[in-house]
Amino acid sequence: MLEFLVLIVALLAASGALGVIRALDPRRPLLVYGIALVLCLGGLAVVLGHRVMGAPVLRLVLPLGLPWVGVHLRLDALAGFFLLVINLVGALVSLFALGYGRHASEPGRVLPFYGPFLAAMQLVCLADDAFSFLFAWELMSLVSFFLVLVEHEKESSHQAARVYLLMAAGGTFSLLLAMGVLAGADGGYSFDAIRGQERAEATVVSVFLLALIGAGSKAGLIPVHAWLPLAHPAAPSHVSALMSGVMTKVAIYGFVRLVFDLLGGVALGPSVIVLILGGISAVLGVLYALMEHDLKRLLAYHTVENIGIITAALGLALAFAAAGFDLLAALALTAGLFHVLNHALFKSLLFCGAGAVLHATGTRDMERLGGLLRRMPTTGISFLLGCAAISALPPLNGFVSEWLLFQAILQSPILVSLPIVLVVPAVGALLALAAALAAACFVKAYGVVFLSRPRSAEAAAAREVDPFSRAAMLAFAGLCLLLGVIPGLIVDALAPVGELLLTAHLPSQLGNPWLSLQPLPTSASSYNGLVLLSFLLIAGGLTAVVLHRFGGAGLRLGPIWDCGYPDPAPSTQYTATSFAQPIRRVFGTVLFRARETVTMPPPLATAAARLEVRLEDPIWERLYVPVARAVLAAADRLNPLQFQTIRRYLVLVFLSLVGLLVLAAARS
Amino acid sequence: MSPLAFDIAHLLAGSMVVVSFLLLYQDRITGVLNVFAVQAIILALAVAFQAWSQGAPHLYLTALIALIVKGGIIPLALHRIVRELGIHREIEKVVGVGLTMLVGLALTALAVIVVLPIAQEAGRVGREDLAFALAVILLGLLMMITRRNAVTQVVGFMSLENGLVLAATGAKGMPLVVEISVAFSILIAFIVFGIFVFRIRERFDTVDVHALERFRGD
Repeated sequence: MLEFLVLIVALLAASGALGVIRALDPRRPLLVYGIALVLCLGGLAVVLGHRVMGAPVLRLVLPLGLPWVGVHLRLDALAGFFLLVINLVGALVSLFALGYGRHASEPGRVLPFYGPFLAAMQLVCLADDAFSFLFAWELMSLVSFFLVLVEHEKESSHQAARVYLLMAAGGTFSLLLAMGVLAGADGGYSFDAIRGQERAEATVVSVFLLALIGAGSKAGLIPVHAWLPLAHPAAPSHVSALMSGVMTKVAIYGFVRLVFDLLGGVALGPSVIVLILGGISAVLGVLYALMEHDLKRLLAYHTVENIGIITAALGLALAFAAAGFDLLAALALTAGLFHVLNHALFKSLLFCGAGAVLHATGTRDMERLGGLLRRMPTTGISFLLGCAAISALPPLNGFVSEWLLFQAILQSPILVSLPIVLVVPAVGALLALAAALAAACFVKAYGVVFLSRPRSAEAAAAREVDPFSRAAMLAFAGLCLLLGVIPGLIVDALAPVGELLLTAHLPSQLGNPWLSLQPLPTSASSYNGLVLLSFLLIAGGLTAVVLHRFGGAGLRLGPIWDCGYPDPAPSTQYTATSFAQPIRRVFGTVLFRARETVTMPPPLATAAARLEVRLEDPIWERLYVPVARAVLAAADRLNPLQFQTIRRYLVLVFLSLVGLLVLAAARS
Repeated sequence: MSPLAFDIAHLLAGSMVVVSFLLLYQDRITGVLNVFAVQAIILALAVAFQAWSQGAPHLYLTALIALIVKGGIIPLALHRIVRELGIHREIEKVVGVGLTMLVGLALTALAVIVVLPIAQEAGRVGREDLAFALAVILLGLLMMITRRNAVTQVVGFMSLENGLVLAATGAKGMPLVVEISVAFSILIAFIVFGIFVFRIRERFDTVDVHALERFRGD
């Protein structure tokens, strides 16, 4: 079974070579995406089969890599769940790319890396020793670096790729150190050897922090998120969907594998750090997104928000596990991993939708879009479902995972030690705020892009995209609805993961009457997507019938209410900037130092008035810019060392030798 | 090892440190070369004594190389260079003699402090030899950085190498091949240095390396 999966991964990686050949002939249909689709479906079948068999732990050692060490692979419940996410989303995105990839201007820059990217992500989940894990992790970073650089003629792509490469290298370095500390002085680098070790508290905390930095920087956790809103939008849209929907989840996998599995959990103190970072990421991510009017960048910032939600859930699971409440820990872990799958689905759907919009209109600037629902109805409907799902509206899947997380948060008074009992409600409040702001943000995004009148000629001339893309988006939307109505499927599928990591799992849900979800046997709270869906359908249908019956069925066209100033220009409509203004005034003045300057024309002049809004990125300005300056200043200082005389070099060598000797003498 | 043998080994190694101080003290090139030859001869004696006391005949070869090459050929060749270049004058020093001696004393103390606790397993003779050898190495380095004349810098380098050989013979089990290859590399380095000294002289009319600093390519 694992052998099949390895074969699929190898074929995916090999499809990169095919991509090079196909790229030479760009007119041909995109065989590479077709192969990726089939292989991902195969992978999905294997993973589902593994789950049906009860998720046993399978191992395989390949005679590759380092001599006498080999490559250790392992398929267990945790890896299986993330492989499910990768293969499911990978298959649907490949389906989308069958249509979308046809329009690529330079397919030769995408095709060779597409298959290896999918393969590297799967390899990270399969790896069972530190070498293979880090190799696969770095391969994933490098391949996606080239995918970020696809639109190489743009200067912004170069900057995005540079920042991405730098932060990916830093993250991998941090993980490298974490693995080194985990393996210890004896250097047992297979995960089995690492699992069995006893560790001092300081070692555990340092590994935990290194893993948090390393995996967090890949996942896009604030404050190490800076590359994400640059790099994800720079890639072609189907690749953005994979990077945002799947690659950040592989980073979450890395964190879970290191901290929950290899380290076996941490104490209460460190878990508070995870909780707080998660809450901050959620709120700041959505606030950044609200200030953003580039559709793909907006979606990228929402990834930061959702990673924050997942991280908060993982932190809560760590806290419960540290305090010995394994069932509650399993609840929080289930919520977090459920949200991993949900976010992978709706974020990929939204990025595919953004790609469809980008292809149809040629722009990502929301202020130039509008009225796309009537021109692209399938894209519009599926994008709407994605927006509702990410805004955590029932009966869609986003609601279920966030509901589960809040169930876990509501159980937190059981934790009585001092910092955590204050932190958890605060993080809960932050998450609630983030959910509300996310809803506002997607009302903005959907309203401006799909409703209202077109704001540019390109938007007015938009046409619906090809059937492959539509099928993929509809499938994503259908899955979002399905998981919202039958959440028990996933909660039950996650039971072996809880059993593996926490030796506890939630009670089976699929046996509950009417598909209802009742995660804790002791608590009365339950959720029933089916009832909600039926209620919404019946109430909505009845309302529609009543309105049409008594309000007149005919379609009437009339002038828009324009406050008495009839102006036909579509730019006088409510814009994304104006929609975000109230929130910008509340939060942005302090956080982003938002400053509005109004320039009025002199009296009696007919020139236009001008409103300018200036925003600052506080994290970039206060954290990244000083670090960059310090590095440059240090380089300037050290530069003269390159131009010394021989005698000075000798003196330097001599002084460092003496210094080291003095150090040795002082130690002994 | 008998106490007498221990004392002799100790005496020879200690003499090398003393001679290193003499090297630092000299302010004429001919004096520096003569003292260097004396150090090489003492090194040969020390190595030969180790060969006898350890019962390791290959060390006699090392001693012979040290005696002939370092005690004979190199000092004679350097004397010839100095004569041909006509630089019998006083040596320019970067740092004064007194300060150099004080720094040298501090370095010797440092060497003893560092080596004695670390090399516990090396045995008493090896341990003390290592401390002296490290002192000779440090003093050689000190000589290289406190002199400006290219010839004296070469001598400083050779003296540093003497310390390396002393350390190597003190530690048991150093293969002959390594010693011979070290000796040859030093010989090659000497040739290269010699050629450079002549070239420098031809070009700049002086062997003061300070003059070179003005002619670097930047």
